Amino acid sequence: MSAEATDIDLRPPLHMRLLKVIESMWRQPSGKAGLTLLSIHLFVAIFAGLLATHDFAVQDASAIFAKPNAEHWLGTDNLGRDVFSRTLLGGRPALITTFFGTMLALFLGGFLGILLGFVGGTIDDVAMRVVDAFLAIPWLLLLLLIIAIFGTATIVMILTLGILYAVAIIRIIRAGTLDVVAQDYITAARTRGEKNVTIVIRELLPNVLDVVLVEGAMRWSWMLLTFSALSFLGFGVTPPTPDWGLMIASSRNFMSVSIWPVIAPIVALSTLIVGLNLSADALAKALGVDRARIGG
Amino acid sequence: MLKLLLKRLALAVVTIAIVVTIVFLAVEALPGDACTSFLGRAAKGNRLIMCREEFGLDQPAMPRFIEWITAALHGDLGESMARRDTVAELVGIRLRNTLLLGLSASAIGVPLAIMLGVIAGLWRDRPLDIGLSTFAIIIMTIPEFVMGTVLILIFSIWLKWLPGIVITRPTAPLSDFLGDIILPVITLAGIMTAHIMRMVRTSVIDVMNSEYIKMAQLKGVPYWKMVRRHVLPNALVPTINLIALTIAWMLGGVVVIEVVFNYPGIGRLIVDAIGDRDLPLVQGIALVLASIYVGLNLAADILTLMLNPKLRTMKGH
Repeated sequence: MSAEATDIDLRPPLHMRLLKVIESMWRQPSGKAGLTLLSIHLFVAIFAGLLATHDFAVQDASAIFAKPNAEHWLGTDNLGRDVFSRTLLGGRPALITTFFGTMLALFLGGFLGILLGFVGGTIDDVAMRVVDAFLAIPWLLLLLLIIAIFGTATIVMILTLGILYAVAIIRIIRAGTLDVVAQDYITAARTRGEKNVTIVIRELLPNVLDVVLVEGAMRWSWMLLTFSALSFLGFGVTPPTPDWGLMIASSRNFMSVSIWPVIAPIVALSTLIVGLNLSADALAKALGVDRARIGG
Repeated sequence: MLKLLLKRLALAVVTIAIVVTIVFLAVEALPGDACTSFLGRAAKGNRLIMCREEFGLDQPAMPRFIEWITAALHGDLGESMARRDTVAELVGIRLRNTLLLGLSASAIGVPLAIMLGVIAGLWRDRPLDIGLSTFAIIIMTIPEFVMGTVLILIFSIWLKWLPGIVITRPTAPLSDFLGDIILPVITLAGIMTAHIMRMVRTSVIDVMNSEYIKMAQLKGVPYWKMVRRHVLPNALVPTINLIALTIAWMLGGVVVIEVVFNYPGIGRLIVDAIGDRDLPLVQGIALVLASIYVGLNLAADILTLMLNPKLRTMKGH
């Protein structure tokens, strides 16, 4: 095969492929439900500032634990703050942190996973031992330890979650890479005398990309769970910034007085995580990636 | 077979050693040391010097590490900074409480999950399976603290049937916890059941599609005899490892559940220890939890080996 022939990219342009993937996600019931929930949440998170009816931090001492009414659509919390406005804004910290955290985890974990799967040998063996040991440390312990020392600034959370999740991603991407490395076209490329860099970029990457994407979608929903758990434990966002996990934690002691400050963030958080999960599931099916087979 | 077992055992020991080293290095890499972080703003002058002397932090890192490991091998995990008690004692009593919670949840969750998983797998894509699978996915995706909070809302605030939070002392006899653990056990068992059920279902479906089951069907083996003799043994062995993994994972997930229900287990001890920056305690808990995790996986490996004739008769490898 001549060099020119391999340079022709027969696949349709990127945005067309993207459209196709979304289309085939939409054809599944889980994709329809997931994408709808996800779109609503993204819309609300972006335009929350315009949709909110009150300032999230303003305390109204005359209306503590108000039931839903014309003024406060979902009532008020123990400090007289508007639950509706706080719930609208409460998804932002989680979405922003976990989005960038997932991106970091994917780049880091994807890079190392492909490298280890491609190189193999002793380096791979030793690295995987360390990865396994890392995964044997109770994750929450490690997270809390890091957060206790470095604080809970958004950038710290992104780095911490990103790096910790990258370790888990290495395993999956490495397994996916090993699958591809065993294929005949990699052997063919090697026989042609292609450079390693060329093989990784032109042969390996396009074929591992699907696994990486599905892994990313799945991890995003898990990272969201982790972030909200941290925030619930009091190791997340600093008050009075509204955040669902924190709202649930601080309002649940008053559940016998008023359930609205707890129910609103619970519904918001649950629908977001379910939406993300269903979308990830539909994405896996649309791309034909079987997570169970790779061992996620 | 013996060689294989020894290899697994050696790997387990190596894994624990690496875990301990990672945690020790992480603590060492932090700015300051256990004393500066524990004392906070008061970390200056005499108090700092005294604290460092008391906990041996004036020694270089390497001898301290060796000393800590040697002591840990003899069951001595050092002394907690904030609680004036030995780490071993603190961890021991809390671990007991967590084990009560975890074992009760496993005793309910694992058999229930296997039963439901087999049912869902055998009646694949029927309404019963779809209902069970959907329910499992919902429980798996909803955060533990949301599920716990909703259960408290329903059973202790609305119905007033069960206590919402635990107020029993950590050192109370186990029987005192029996009334308290119902809601936490339901939460934990629910999540476990959902995870394990899905794996069992997949495994049963895989086996049902295999050639030897087709063969049995063609031979006219009665359906339930076939299920009992061929499907169950083959479908359940691969899930042993996954069940062990789920139980081990629960050791981490139990942290949030313990906080939700104010249950005095090892999970809440972690959160408190980290809040107090009690590093000797943190190290001790990490060692204990990692050992349990690795131990569970090892046990599952050995059980799988013993139940699988192909692996059992294999020499070495």
